[in-house]
Formats: sequence, structure tokens, C-alpha cells
Amino acid sequence: MTEDNMIQVENLTKMFGDFTAVNNISFEVGKGEVFGFLGANGAGKTTAMKMLIGISEPTHGNATVAGYNVLTHAEHVKRNIGYMSQRFSLYNDLTIKENIVFFGGIYGLSSADIKEKSQAMINELGLHDMADSLVGSLPLGWKQKVAFSVAMLHNPKIIFLDEPTGGVDPITRRQFWEMIYMEANRGVTIFVTTHYMDEAEYCDRVSIMVAGKIEALDTPKNLKRQFQVDSMNQVFLKLARNIE
Amino acid sequence: MNRFIGFIKKEFYHILRDRRSLFILFGMPIVQVMLFGFAITNEINNVDIAILDHSKDVNTKEIINKIATSKYFSIKGFISHEDEIEPTFRKGKIKAVLNFEKNFSKNLVTQKKATVQILTDATDPNTANTISNYIGSILQNYQQELNQGLKLPYQIIPKTRMVFNPELKSVYMFVPGVMTIILMLVSAMMTSISITKEKELGTMEILLVSPLNPFQVIVGKVVPYILLSIINAVVIILLSIFVFKMPVQGSLFLLGAESTLFIINALSLGILISTVAATQQAAMMTSLMGLMLPVILLSGFIFPISSMPLPLQMISNIIPAKWFIIIIKGIMLKGVGLAYVWKETLILIGMTIFFIGLSVKKYKIRLE
Repeated sequence: MTEDNMIQVENLTKMFGDFTAVNNISFEVGKGEVFGFLGANGAGKTTAMKMLIGISEPTHGNATVAGYNVLTHAEHVKRNIGYMSQRFSLYNDLTIKENIVFFGGIYGLSSADIKEKSQAMINELGLHDMADSLVGSLPLGWKQKVAFSVAMLHNPKIIFLDEPTGGVDPITRRQFWEMIYMEANRGVTIFVTTHYMDEAEYCDRVSIMVAGKIEALDTPKNLKRQFQVDSMNQVFLKLARNIE
Repeated sequence: MNRFIGFIKKEFYHILRDRRSLFILFGMPIVQVMLFGFAITNEINNVDIAILDHSKDVNTKEIINKIATSKYFSIKGFISHEDEIEPTFRKGKIKAVLNFEKNFSKNLVTQKKATVQILTDATDPNTANTISNYIGSILQNYQQELNQGLKLPYQIIPKTRMVFNPELKSVYMFVPGVMTIILMLVSAMMTSISITKEKELGTMEILLVSPLNPFQVIVGKVVPYILLSIINAVVIILLSIFVFKMPVQGSLFLLGAESTLFIINALSLGILISTVAATQQAAMMTSLMGLMLPVILLSGFIFPISSMPLPLQMISNIIPAKWFIIIIKGIMLKGVGLAYVWKETLILIGMTIFFIGLSVKKYKIRLE
């Protein structure tokens, strides 16, 4: 493995009984890369991601995340990654500030650190008026932005985003991707799953999973050339049809 | 440690900001104790009774008059034979029958004593007890009136017999029972709901991805409920002492320790439920059906275990509440120490360890 690879996956497999959810996948993701992890519902994206973030054990194969083996050093992996799930990941009945304090706390940040970071975050997102209101009262787009910032609170080397923009309006999605780019420019590795094929265009490289296997992996540009189409959406459709 | 305190703080925010859980936590115990307390009150009013008078003489007439004029009883019938007693009770209206022996006045004069039997319907043991006490005191009053100025006093001997439930249970029985139900409800149901809530909302995943290990997550979720349940236990005990004048005979320290043990037992059951239930709804239903009903029906709180059919008696042994009720009844009502309840205590400890072990195992499986 080269030193620049933040994620290194070799022959990763997950079986539930007879059903193979993730079938022998291998790939690597470099430092600061925005890596799109695409696939239809049930293709095995979420299962694969869960193995990488250490809450599901692989049946076979190996994976290193941030330089640590997910099987043997899950605790180290957890300290170095951030995670935001497709379901909302903050507490609705806590205020923005309380959420920040809580999540900062469980990642072991000092009180001074938390204070400084939450101030910076509130400034950056322009949340002055809302810092003390319950998260549940915020519009969805805002919630997702706050959730993303909270997931970045402990300066993870890699952030895993599981369909972060589901149900969010196009403008907010655009803003969300700007936040993603900003972190990528700071050297954070982004691992993102998405349904939206236009978002796939924003990624440095994308992999497309079909029925548990990675069927395509390249830059969006190369993939479009390879399939002789002009959008990622068509790449996806063509690929899915070929497999069927 | 800081991390842990932050976690508990957050848990309290959840509880304090949710009106429904606040009510279950604090409103319910008070309402329940009050309801049970006043429903099983010592006051009786206009209780229907029947008379079986074998002698029909001056004294029995006077006694019957005294009873009829008291506001506590109204005489709703005269029967003429012992065989009619049980059918009368079975109809359900009549709560007591007064049975005067033959030659009541004659016995009183010649033998200086006469007997009257008080039969009460003890399906409601508390009322039955109260009724016989009231009748007893009316009889005593009458006896005193008769004896004024007499050298050799007459004696009217009331013989009380409980029909349907001869082993009368204590009036204060409800306090241990209600306390058991509430601790079970708060501890098991509320924890299982709060854990499944995090699963349902997806925040559990976030917690598991954090450096907190699963064990810390669960302990963090459970500790606030231990504290709240202990507060609840204290409130219930205070209410029963000061509102219902219930004496606590035994050591308060032992009572507290045993209650804490039972709380932890119930919490471990709550955790176990949350490992199985996927949604808050399922957790609530499982707690209600799987815990509350057995606690109410089979713990001996309402229905005496000794009069259950054998299979149910055997099932009652696996219900923690049964053992807890035996323990706190012993401590509160009889004033016994650990020497008398160590066996039950050991059983509770064993069950707790078993439940915790089982949930740890189940919890791990779920993470796979």
C-alpha cells in the first residue's frame, strides 16, 4: 500500500447467510480525493461502507482505513473518521450548541476546544440566531449542513457520507458540495455514496456497484468515454442494463 | 469521564424535553399510588349487609337497629338459613352477613356471653377487613351500654369468618405492588424505548461509529434511568408513609439497596428488549405484554400465588417482580432483615446477571 492511500480495500466480502451482499470488492482511495460510491438501492453500498467504518465485520478480505486495519484496529479507525448517515445524524431535541458539545465530548475534545470550534462553526455557517434553537426546528438543508460540520468536528482524516443530500433542494445540495470541496482542499478524504447522478460528476473518481460487485471504477470523464455517453446517468443505466 | 458526563447530560435533555416521558416518569407514579391508595381506602360507606337471625329476641333486634342506623351499613335483606349465605354472597351485592346464634338473649343472661358470626366477602380483602372491624366496634359499643351498672359483664363474642379468601392479605399490600409495577415500567419500558429510539432515528449508528464502545453507549443511556428510578422509589415510599400512614418496619437502607437491585434487574430487561425490538412501538408493546402483564397478574400483587393453578405457580417463579414483592413486603410490613430475604435477593442477583449476559450476547450479534 502506498502512503497516500487513505482507504485500501482488498477482496472485501460480506455474506448474510447464503446471500452475498458485497462480493469480493477491491479499490483504494487517495488522500484528499473525493470518491463517489454509487449503486442502486440494495447494490451493497451501505454494507460495504459499514465494514469500512467498523460497525460490521467482513466475512472475507481486508480493509485498511487511515492506515489501520478495520478488523484488528477498529478503535483507531473510529478516531480518525467522521460519519454522516443518510438518516439524520443529530438529535432533534437538542439545540445546535448542545449537539456540538455532545458530539465534541464523545470524541474526547476538551471543553476549550469545543467552545472554539463551535464558535468557528457558527460563524462559518452564519448560525448566530439559531445556535440556541432546537435542531428539530431547522429546515432540512440546514440540518444537513450542521450535521456535516459536526461530523468534521474532530478533524477526521476521512469522512464517510452516506447519501448526505437525500431529500434536499438543489440549491442546498450545491452549497453542500461546496462544503465538501472545501474539506477536500484541506486534505480530507471524502467517501460519499449518492443516488444523484449529477453529483457523481463532482467526484474525482467514482465506483459503480451492481449486485454486490464493483462493475466500473474511474474518473467520470473516463467512464463517459468508455461507455460512449455524455452523462453519468447514462453510464449508470447502460451498466445496469448490461449486467441484467 | 468528561465524555460520560456529556453523554448523561444529553440523555437528561432527551427526557426533560419530552412531555410524554416526563409524565410517565413522574406523573404516573404519583397518580398510581394515589389511585391505588384511595381506591383501597379504609373508609366504608353504606355497605349492603344481610342478617341471619336465629333467635329474633330483644338483644338481636337492638343490635340490628344499631347497625341499620349507622351510616356505614344498610341492611338489604334477612335470610333464614345457613344455606342461603353463599348464594347471597355470589349475587355480589351483599358484602357481609351477620349470623346470630340461637337463644342469643338467653345465653347472654344465663352464660353471660353470646356469639355472633360476621361473615364477609373477602374477594376484596381490604374492604372485608374494614367491614368486620366496623361491625366489631358497633358490637362493642352495644356491649358497653348493656354492661353499665352490672357487676358481672355480658360478653358478645364476634366470630369473624372471611368467605372466599380466608387468608386475608394486608391492607398495605398495594404499596409494594405499585412500587414494583412502577419501577418495572420506568426502568424497563423507558430504557428500551430510549435505546430503540436512537436505533430508529439512526443516531445509534453515529454513536457506534464514534470512539465510544457499545458498552459505554448502553451504560450512558441507562445511568439516568437508574437515578430517576431511585427518585421514584423514594417518592413512592414517602407518599405511602406520609399520605397513607403506612409503617415501614424494616431498615430503610436495606429497602433502598433491594430497590436498587430490582431497578438494575428491570433495566437489564429493558436493554434485552431493546436488542430485540427494532422500533419504539415494538419496544413499548414488548414491555407492556412481556413485563407489565406478568408483573400485575403473576407476581402475587393482586392474585395470591398460592391459589393459582400449579403451572402458573411455576411460571411465577421466573418473574423477578414476584421475588421483589416478597422482599419488600418482608421489609416494609414485617420488618425482617437480610437474614430472611437473602434467598430471594440471590435469585434477583442471579436473574440480573443472566439478563445482562444475554443482552451483551444479543447486542454483539446485532452489530455483525
